[in-house]
Amino acid sequence: MTVVMHSMALTKRSIRGRLRQPAVLAPSFIFPLFFAALGSASFTRLADDPFFSANIASSFLNYAVAGAILQGVLFASTSAAGDLATDIEQGFFERLLASPISRTSIVFGRLAGSMVVGVVQVIVFLIIFTAFGARVESGPLGVVGLIVAASLLGLAMSALMAGLAIKSGSPEVVQGAFPLVFVLMFLSSAFFPRHYMSGWYRTVADWNPMSHIVEGMQGFMNQDLSITQFYKAWLIPLAIAVISILFALRTLKKRLAAS
Amino acid sequence: MTATTSSRPLALDERNHHDARPFEVIGILVKRSLVRVRRMPSAFVPSLVMPVFQLIAFSGAFGFAVTRLGVVKNALDWYVPLNAIQGASFGALGVSFALINDMQTGFFDRIRMAPTKRWVLIASPMAAAVARSTVPVIFVIIVGFIGGMNVPGGPLSILCVAVAAIAIAVTAAAFALGLTFRMRNMGAATLTQFAIFFTIFLSTSQVPLSAMSGWLRGVARMNPMTNVLRFARQGFLGDVTWDQSWGGLIAMGSMLLLATIFALTGLRSFEK
Repeated sequence: MTVVMHSMALTKRSIRGRLRQPAVLAPSFIFPLFFAALGSASFTRLADDPFFSANIASSFLNYAVAGAILQGVLFASTSAAGDLATDIEQGFFERLLASPISRTSIVFGRLAGSMVVGVVQVIVFLIIFTAFGARVESGPLGVVGLIVAASLLGLAMSALMAGLAIKSGSPEVVQGAFPLVFVLMFLSSAFFPRHYMSGWYRTVADWNPMSHIVEGMQGFMNQDLSITQFYKAWLIPLAIAVISILFALRTLKKRLAAS
Repeated sequence: MTATTSSRPLALDERNHHDARPFEVIGILVKRSLVRVRRMPSAFVPSLVMPVFQLIAFSGAFGFAVTRLGVVKNALDWYVPLNAIQGASFGALGVSFALINDMQTGFFDRIRMAPTKRWVLIASPMAAAVARSTVPVIFVIIVGFIGGMNVPGGPLSILCVAVAAIAIAVTAAAFALGLTFRMRNMGAATLTQFAIFFTIFLSTSQVPLSAMSGWLRGVARMNPMTNVLRFARQGFLGDVTWDQSWGGLIAMGSMLLLATIFALTGLRSFEK
């Protein structure tokens, strides 16, 4: 119970901190929206391809929504971990350790904050994309599916980045890891369907878990509900989240032992 | 007597002023910029790696969108000029960061006090941006050749890409300088990054005009970067011709002129 209460207090602090830095939060909203708008205007003719319209999406905008959510969540998770690293660098982390607070809540507070940001992002993106003609073909349950998927992905990525932040204690190192996130995103089907890729690039995209997560989300957007969508969009990020949280807690334990 | 003693230092100052050859100063400041790259490779490596990664990512992910149109045989033919130009523009960011650093450490004030022409303060970072851009541009072209890029326009194709890359590096650097002189903080580098990003992507960066629809088509048609990309790409899509060149040359010249005026007026406002 104490862990929950402490985590909630730190979650509030994490969210408040994000809201006070709109310049840091803005890119995780602006860039995904921009790329989705750019993609839907550039690749709109792809919808003329019979395979695309029959198996992937009714329009490129509908296809691009899931990629935008994935991109937004990854951006936000990285900057959340950057905040944690800043706390360590500026000594706030040490003050938390000196206070009678549950140690794990320091990590869980941040992670919950990222999940909340992920949920807000999905809602904002869906409102904007719906205004421009996108439709969630799987209905209200699909919307729930997308929201949960985004929050689980936010949890997984922010736990991974939090582990890195605790280990290094440096915001630069966390920001330096961002290109890896960028690579993961581009070498997947977040921006273009795997069906149209070829060669080694296709092989990498096939093996990239991001491809499967985003395709699960694209399933919610473009197809009727099916168990495959839940498996891809919920279970894969959940599995990554479990591993990442264990990694984050382990690095926290090591830091506590060292301090 | 008084007049003689007071006129002596002035005469010396005047002689020094004329002795500081502008191109020699530019050369020294460019060398300093390159030494800085060597000393802080971590700041330079992303600008080297990102264009190459984007080349691979764009041609791998979006390749189908351009090859199915029949415009190019290999997606690299479409994306190499784009990523070479993008790589060149990263040099401008380095210029902005370096100038902010020089302002913070007081080195820029020392350069201002030096007996040299004012335009050298603008021309040196612009030349440094070109020097810093050379490696990423060459790297992108080499990766293009390794990936089987076609150059039906022959060596002139590479020359067109080089001219476009240099023009964009210089223009972006002048724009970055103008912003940095006015803002005097890291926000200038961020804004430069945004401006370059949006100018490049709101053009024919991903697909030709004929494949675009709606708002993007209208924006890309008006965007001078579309003409620059047409100029840079022509040798990869066919022969290099005057018809495909003049629009790009005018666009590059106009952008460079405006950006240079922006930098010079920025320097003037900084000195006030």
